Order: sequence, then structure tokens, then C-alpha cells
Amino acid sequence: MWNYGKKSVSSKVFDFCNVIFLIIVSIVTIYPFIFVLFASFSDPVRLVAHRGLLLHPLGFTLNGYLLAFKTNDIMTGYGVTAFLVIVGTLCNLVMTMIFAYVISKPGMLWSRFLIVMVIITMYFSGGMIPSFIIVKSLGLYDSLWSLILPNLINTFLLIIMRTAIMAVPADLEEAARLDGAGELSVLMKVVMPATVPTLAAIGLFYAIGYWNSWSNALIYIKTTSKYPLQMVLRMILIQNNSSGQMANSGVTDSQGEAFRRLMKYSTVIISIVPIMLIYPFIQKYFTKGMMIGALKG
Amino acid sequence: MDGKSVVSASGKASFRTRVIKDWKKYKPIYILALLGVAYYIIFCYLPIGGILMAFENYKPTRGLFGSKWVGFKYFIDFFTGAYAWRVIRNTLLINFYDLIFGFPAPIIFALLLNEITSNAFKRTVQTISYLPFFISQVVICGILLDFLSLNGLLNQIITVFGLPKTAFMIFPQYFRSIFVGSGIWQGLGYGAIIYLAALSSVDVQLYDAAVIDGCNRFKRMIHVTLPCIMPTIVIMLILRIGSMMSVGFEKIILLYNPSVYETADVISSFVYRYGLLQGNFSYSTAVGLFNSVVNFALLAITNSISKRVSDISLW
Repeated sequence: MWNYGKKSVSSKVFDFCNVIFLIIVSIVTIYPFIFVLFASFSDPVRLVAHRGLLLHPLGFTLNGYLLAFKTNDIMTGYGVTAFLVIVGTLCNLVMTMIFAYVISKPGMLWSRFLIVMVIITMYFSGGMIPSFIIVKSLGLYDSLWSLILPNLINTFLLIIMRTAIMAVPADLEEAARLDGAGELSVLMKVVMPATVPTLAAIGLFYAIGYWNSWSNALIYIKTTSKYPLQMVLRMILIQNNSSGQMANSGVTDSQGEAFRRLMKYSTVIISIVPIMLIYPFIQKYFTKGMMIGALKG
Repeated sequence: MDGKSVVSASGKASFRTRVIKDWKKYKPIYILALLGVAYYIIFCYLPIGGILMAFENYKPTRGLFGSKWVGFKYFIDFFTGAYAWRVIRNTLLINFYDLIFGFPAPIIFALLLNEITSNAFKRTVQTISYLPFFISQVVICGILLDFLSLNGLLNQIITVFGLPKTAFMIFPQYFRSIFVGSGIWQGLGYGAIIYLAALSSVDVQLYDAAVIDGCNRFKRMIHVTLPCIMPTIVIMLILRIGSMMSVGFEKIILLYNPSVYETADVISSFVYRYGLLQGNFSYSTAVGLFNSVVNFALLAITNSISKRVSDISLW
């Protein structure tokens, strides 16, 4: 875009500085994760003695990972989060798909009413305490469903889904109806296949949401064995609450602190690996989803 | 009766016949709608109704309708209490710093990325830049606390330069900078996406015209690029100012500890602590309500100013 004849010297200097600056920004962004990755494989004693940046692991050990996997909380946390990601995302997708289909019928008399009802919730909410009381009085307190049901439909994603459904050619739906298909089968056999990319994108958003969310569990879950992964991470990383597990893993006190740090690093890596694995997909859908949302929002 | 049906047959159908016709035509859709409507009523509108308890002395055993009505008591309690000024000030200051430093950062980042000619380099930088956005708040804060601890990475680096070791998370004066700074780091790439989208739709002919008029690169950026993405910037600014009174409680409660409450405690974290942990349901609902009313008012005011000044508005 910028090849307008010969570049002036100042322009070249700017380009150079710009590239250097952006490289620095990238390094600053990614280095903390690389540090944690290197540290998680490092010999804990050498790690404690080390000063400054890590450019490679100091020695090599898998002890941090072994400790982390031996910790029951992490494994149950993983299990709970897996349940939420799979079952929760599925519920989210079904509900979002169906309701987006409902509000995508401009000819329908109450369609406008339903849309307004939905939009209002983007600006107003009851807040933490009233929501808590509703969840509690529904008997969902300390149940995993309290992490799914109150967030069944994300209004922002609902509107993205609606936009996608409205872009499906009406002829396709009509043809199916003429063949005697009911609304549900039009939805399943015509609309859904035509909106798979958007469905995948919002599914990804919901799934990442479940993977990363913890504050709902903080409010609604009491029993530690029902904590999702992020709440377990909070105990280990933020509240330094891993001493209990350390006691029975045969580590002496002097090494305790070093091992605890090692285990923290390993835990971080274990918890972000799944996100890293799907990052290429996020990449692909995410920008697109953001732009649709931006146009509508 | 007869007259009515004649009218409806000849001209506009009466409301009732329209409802019936509509119901016949869309019956299966309305049945499908039930689930979604139930969700919105139960989990969005019932809590909105629950805001009523800000005005009563809510007792869980007596319920929303059995509890005693106290009017504005809890609002007065809050404003005359010891913490109102502290949490409002902290909320506003964190937002103010974020507005000054955090708001322009993604715009500058997007403009700089836009000057890059190599697509591969551009994509790589962008991909890296929004990585922190997808990492959970718990992990980010865990890493942050580790790096800022007494033996953490930051202290290791600053001692090389002869500065004294500092336990950053214990001193109130550092909290806001840490909070806002890490927020910029987390949101830089994500925030830039919307501006990059706006930049990609700038008409290339405008640049050609600017070159003919003798504009150099810097002038083209000021006179062509910036005006073209101005509507996006204004919309984002409206939204940003609309949330000047809110800071999410998640990152705050992950990072703070009692020794930094003085600068760290914001409205939402206060609501969480006083409401949920200590069971002052009505009191903190009142605080939360005050907060959302101010937020919405801010949004509405900025929006109408922007509408008058620049014709750009959310609604």
C-alpha cells in the first residue's frame, strides 16, 4: 500500500524503528509464558538460585508435572471443567441456535418484542446478589448446573447467530417447508448446516468461556471437589494453598518452597496447553466473530 | 361487532385477528421460543426484579415480598459510611488511568501495525498480541503475582540496576499501576482488532489523492487514516466512558490483599465482600444498583453528546 515511489530516508528510519518496536511488543507479550514454560522444566534448586531472565530451562526435570498430576484437586478440576466445556457448550449452542432462529423471523408479530427483551439485558442486569438469590432459591447452589443454566444464552453471541441465520437464503427454507418439513426439521436440516461456521465460532467462544471462567464457581460452588480447574488454580497460584499436597509427596521443608514454585509453573502450563492447542482455530474464527459483533453492536 | 369485522376485512386487520393469524402461522416457532423466553425471564428479569431488595431489609427467610420496606436507608448508609468515598475514588481512578493510557494503546498499536508492509510479519505480531486475552484471568494474575513477588522476576531485574527489592503487592501505591499496566498488556491485541478492521476498509484512493497533494507518510496518517477510523474511535470511547464507574471484581480480588484495600478496593469487589461473604444482601444490592444507574447515565450522556457533536451514536 505504501509503495509510492522511492521512500525517503526518514520513512525508512520510521519503518525500521516500527519493526523493532513491534518485535519488542511481541516479545513482552509472549515472554512471560515462555519464562513459565522454561521454569516448569527447570531444576527447582537451580531455579531459586537463578537471577534474571530465563533463556532455556535450567537442567531438565518433570517433577513439577508429576507433582501437579498427583494433586487430586487438579485432576478433579480438570474433570469438572471438561464436563462444563462439553455439556455446557452443547446446552449453550442448542439454546442459542433455537432462540436465534426464533428471533430471526421478521414477519412474526412478537419478534420485535422478543428482540427488545433480549437487548435490554445487554444494558441492565440484576447484579451479583439478586442473581445469587435466584440461583439459590432454584436449588442450584453448589450444583454444577449453577455454572451452566444462568449463562445459557450469551446475548452478544445470540445476535451474531441471528445475523448468520438471517443470511440463509429464504428459498432454502421455503423449499424444505413445501416438502412438508416442520419448523424443527427446517432448523436442523436447512438452517443449521448453512450456519456451521458461525455455530463453530460461537461454540468456541462458549467453550473458552467455560475453560477460563472461575468467578461463577466462586459464588455458586461450595464443595472443593466440585471446583472447576480455574478455581483449583486460584487455590494453588493465588492463595498458595498447595502445602497440603506437598506434605505427602516426600519433599523436605527446605526444598518445599522451591518445589512449590516449580509446581505452580507446571500447573500454569498444564492449564494453558488446551487453549494453545486450539489457538489456531480461535485465530481463524475469532477475528471474524469480533467484526460481525462490531458491525451489529 | 359487525362493523368491526367489516373494518378489519376491508382495511387493517384488528389486533386480535392479527394475533390469531400470527399464532396460527408461527405456532411451532412460539413453542420453540418458550425455552429461551423462560431463560431470559428466570435468569435476567427475575434478578432485575430482585433489585427491589435494595429498598427493603431483605431476609432470606421472609423473601422478597415479605421483607420490611426501608426505602433509601441502605443508600444513605453507604454514602455516610466509611467506605463509599474510598471505593468510588478507586473505581474512578483506575478507570481514569485506563482511559488515559489504556484507551489509546490499541489505537496506536493498530496504526503502527498498519504501516507494516510485510503481511507475514503483521499477522505474526497480531497473533501473538492477542494471546493473553485467551489465557484465564487466574493464570495471568498468578503469573503476575509470581513475577512481582519479593524474589520474582521483576525484582531480580531491578536489583541488577541497583534498585532495592520491593514486595510490590504489599504497597498500596503500586496497585493501580500494576492493575492498569497489566490490563493494557492483556488487552492490547484484542482491542486493536476492531481498529484494524476499520483500517482495512479505508479507501486506497484517498491515499493516492493525499500523495498527489504532497502528503508524506505522517501527514497521511493524520489527515487520511485517523479521520477514517474516527467513527470507530468515538464509538469505543462512548462505550469506554459508559463504564467509567465499573471495574470488574474478578481481577481485583485475584490481585488484592487487605494491605492494599486503600487503593485497590473498588465498588464491585466491595459488593462481593460485603454482600456475599458477609451476607449484607440489601446493602450491597443498593451499592450495586447505584453503580449501574451511574454507569447507564454516563453511557446515555456520552452517547447524546456524541450524537449532537459528531452524529455518531450507539442508538
